[in-house]
Amino acid sequence: MTLPDPNQHRYIPNADQDVKEMLAVIGVDSVDRLFDSIPNEVKLQRPLEIPGPWSEIESRRWFRDLAAKNKSAVDHLSFLGGGAYAHYQPACVDQLLLRAEFLTSYTPYQPEVSQGTLQSIFEYQTHQCLLTGLDVANASLYDGSTALCEAVLLAERVVKNRTKIVIAKSVHPQYNETVRTYVQNLGYEIVEVGWTNDGRVDIEELRRACTDDVFAVAVQSPNFLGVLEDYDSIATVANGVGAVKIAVITEATSLGILTPPGAHGFDICVGEGQAWGVPPQFGGPYVGFMVVRDALKRHMPGRLVGETVDVDGRRAYVLTLATREQHIRRGKATSNICTNEALIALAANIYLSLMGKEGLREVAWQSMQKAAYLRDRLRAISSITIAFGGPIYNEFVVRTPFPAHEILRDLEHDKILGGIPLGNFYPDHKNDFLVAVTELHSREQLDRYVSVLSAAISRELR
Amino acid sequence: MTTVEEQETASAVPQGANREGLIFEHSKRGRRGYRLPALDVPEQSGLLPPGMARNEIANEVEVSEVDVIRHFTRLSKLNVSIDAGLYPLGSCTMKHNPRLNEELARTPGFALSHPLQADHQVQGNLELLWNLEQTLKAILGMPRVTLQPVAGAHGELTGILTIHKALAKTGNARKYILIPDSAHGTNPASAAFAGYEVKELKSNSRGTVDLHVLEQNMSEEVAALMVTVPNTLGVFENEIRQMAEILHRKGAYLYCDGANLNAFVGVARPGDMGIDVIHSNLHKTFSTPHGGGGPGAGPVGVSEKLVPFLPTPTVERRGDGTFYLDHDHPDSIGRMRAFNGNFGVLVRALTYMRSMGPEGLRRIAQIAVLNANYIRARLKGTYHLPYDAPSLHEVVFSDKNQTPHDVHTLDIAKRLMDYGFHPPTIYFPLIVSGALMIEPTESEPKEELDAFCDAMLAIARECQERPELVRSAPHTTPVRRLDEAKAARQPILRWRRT
Repeated sequence: MTLPDPNQHRYIPNADQDVKEMLAVIGVDSVDRLFDSIPNEVKLQRPLEIPGPWSEIESRRWFRDLAAKNKSAVDHLSFLGGGAYAHYQPACVDQLLLRAEFLTSYTPYQPEVSQGTLQSIFEYQTHQCLLTGLDVANASLYDGSTALCEAVLLAERVVKNRTKIVIAKSVHPQYNETVRTYVQNLGYEIVEVGWTNDGRVDIEELRRACTDDVFAVAVQSPNFLGVLEDYDSIATVANGVGAVKIAVITEATSLGILTPPGAHGFDICVGEGQAWGVPPQFGGPYVGFMVVRDALKRHMPGRLVGETVDVDGRRAYVLTLATREQHIRRGKATSNICTNEALIALAANIYLSLMGKEGLREVAWQSMQKAAYLRDRLRAISSITIAFGGPIYNEFVVRTPFPAHEILRDLEHDKILGGIPLGNFYPDHKNDFLVAVTELHSREQLDRYVSVLSAAISRELR
Repeated sequence: MTTVEEQETASAVPQGANREGLIFEHSKRGRRGYRLPALDVPEQSGLLPPGMARNEIANEVEVSEVDVIRHFTRLSKLNVSIDAGLYPLGSCTMKHNPRLNEELARTPGFALSHPLQADHQVQGNLELLWNLEQTLKAILGMPRVTLQPVAGAHGELTGILTIHKALAKTGNARKYILIPDSAHGTNPASAAFAGYEVKELKSNSRGTVDLHVLEQNMSEEVAALMVTVPNTLGVFENEIRQMAEILHRKGAYLYCDGANLNAFVGVARPGDMGIDVIHSNLHKTFSTPHGGGGPGAGPVGVSEKLVPFLPTPTVERRGDGTFYLDHDHPDSIGRMRAFNGNFGVLVRALTYMRSMGPEGLRRIAQIAVLNANYIRARLKGTYHLPYDAPSLHEVVFSDKNQTPHDVHTLDIAKRLMDYGFHPPTIYFPLIVSGALMIEPTESEPKEELDAFCDAMLAIARECQERPELVRSAPHTTPVRRLDEAKAARQPILRWRRT
């Protein structure tokens, strides 16, 4: 048979006949002539050295083979958290995300033909306010770590002419690293404050760090050790020097059961919204959220959607307060952010709506109850201690007499991803690992974890 | 197309016919949209210290699954999208988003893998990232590419921080970044957040960087020039090699904003132009869906001298074919984000690159440029072309021919909606008064381009004959023009129970 032209691509409709007709209208004799403005000496004289073109059949084969090389929650029982959590994902969320009108539209610059996206963002903003107890939320930031960076930069705009940032060492270590990257040329000093034996911020150390040149104090609760911070004591210290109080949340479902940062006088709450119905997918795309007190709204980075009316008086939504943003203010903008995480914010909006008032509470309550059950069962095993005594939500640190890497490797043989070695982040915690529990874990799975872990330790003891 | 008569009968449509209330307004006490298995461990009380447990999330919604599906389906119908037709936003590269990419990104082995797993557990992911970097290296002609940045502006910040670190290592990080007046707003914003002052360069009559102006502004205090290639007029910086030489002579770097890579992918490579840093918006050239404003990805390729300063960790391959994350980069600027970038977006982009192959990528540029020039040829004369230099993947007109009828770019944009098209980018670049910046991409068949051009020509006639019709557009959209001043003056940024 005669095979079709291999250069005619399924994603590019125009074929040779179209090209000919169009060239005639343009008045040139070849497509190459349209590239005359590119100097010959920089033109590529050969095809790119990359694989393809592949059919869907070939792509499926290659990519699925790669995915099969991973050891993941697909065929392992996972207790991994540390800022990315496996929670229940209602089937509706992804199905609705695939609606082309959401998936394949741009940033809603033209509100008359983008009300779907705009209204959804307005709803998302409202959910964030209700959950965090603060006043104004933006349309999303890249993720939790960069949201913290933006919060620090916002704080400096509010409390001018100060140079020091105080961050708890128990804030997610990769968030702290990201902040260091972001501010490296801005002349700020970062002071890290450690924790006491219960895993909470050392208030005495915090007090010493909070000198009058501090513009921001950032803590995370539940923190990277899984422990809940005492917001009120921290706020009191920060207030003493007039610093902006930033609360970081990496486990967003915790807001379903914990009093929110806004209720404890915090000025800014930033965090990672992945836990709201988004798969872990190796770290992204996720959705960073930022919610602030009303007084800070004009310092907000990123997009904001506001309510207004059209010429017929109908309620409608529009991007607003844009004079903060890079496309207007350029070098003086509150942030350089443009593309954000709108579709993931939509996922969060759908999830939060579906779970609603009761579901958000029940997810948090079950996660907390199950984590407490596992913690208590593990604590009963000799040779295992729970490293920190402070109150927890759904994560805690297990300590054994043996290197965490070895124990976890043992668990992996039994198809359990048993935790995150704390020594990867804090070198003096080699024997500790972080364990996360969610509503997805059944009692039988938790019991299995206990027996496999205690068997692993028994083997080590022998 | 909609006739005026039809628009007049539109008033027969009941008010609110295509309106959808807020999800909070659908809430009814006692409804639920989920079910969890019953708690199967003994309930403990007092797990939280006093004052730490919230009573309820006041005003959160109570809706059923049906309510949610209906609500979001109705909302979606208020959007236009690339799946429904041409979406010619200039510099945004709204192209077809293949569904295979969606399917493969959702493969459970990818979607359920955790970002803090040990390297040996995620060999598939690391192999994928390594392959994507190899492919981008080949496309860009750069020796290394970091996949960490999650958006174009995030890539810009990464690139400028990299330059800063490299210069600081030689003893002077310098003071200025030069940016042409035609640049995207993110460029100066990124430069400022990286610790630099911005000096704006005036473009020449061709709309490109003027070498004399560049020379005049060069000094040992200039760290880099940030330039978009082709620029925001769609015009190729044909003196790019000379620009690189001028910068390199003074020890400065050439940064390329790769937002417009779709114009020359497979035809030329930034690395062969003397460019030191380029970010590529995978959500533009490499087809990952825009999702109403993200997620994206903005990998950054750098020249040899800048490699040691790239973000950490990098993905490396061992001699035995296994892969690992390498954190050992003492000169690195550090980490730009927690975890491993927007992995799900990266899977989609690599799927696309494999679907296209070398010939396919080149054909993207060829047809994208052909389509833009076809629009240019059909509309030139009717619409004013402020810069006549040859353009590649996009074309920028102005409203100069229409303003005598007191019809402006905004009006033309809104009127296009009545013809069923999303408007082009408007009032950008800033160097064109009343700019209409049109980028069709390679995804559009000739018929769609013709329909768009016919609409633009019809609107031009309307500007002469019935200007009021254009000034009061749109007439057929779910809402009409909004009071944007009111939104900013008295901001209502969330729903409240009334």
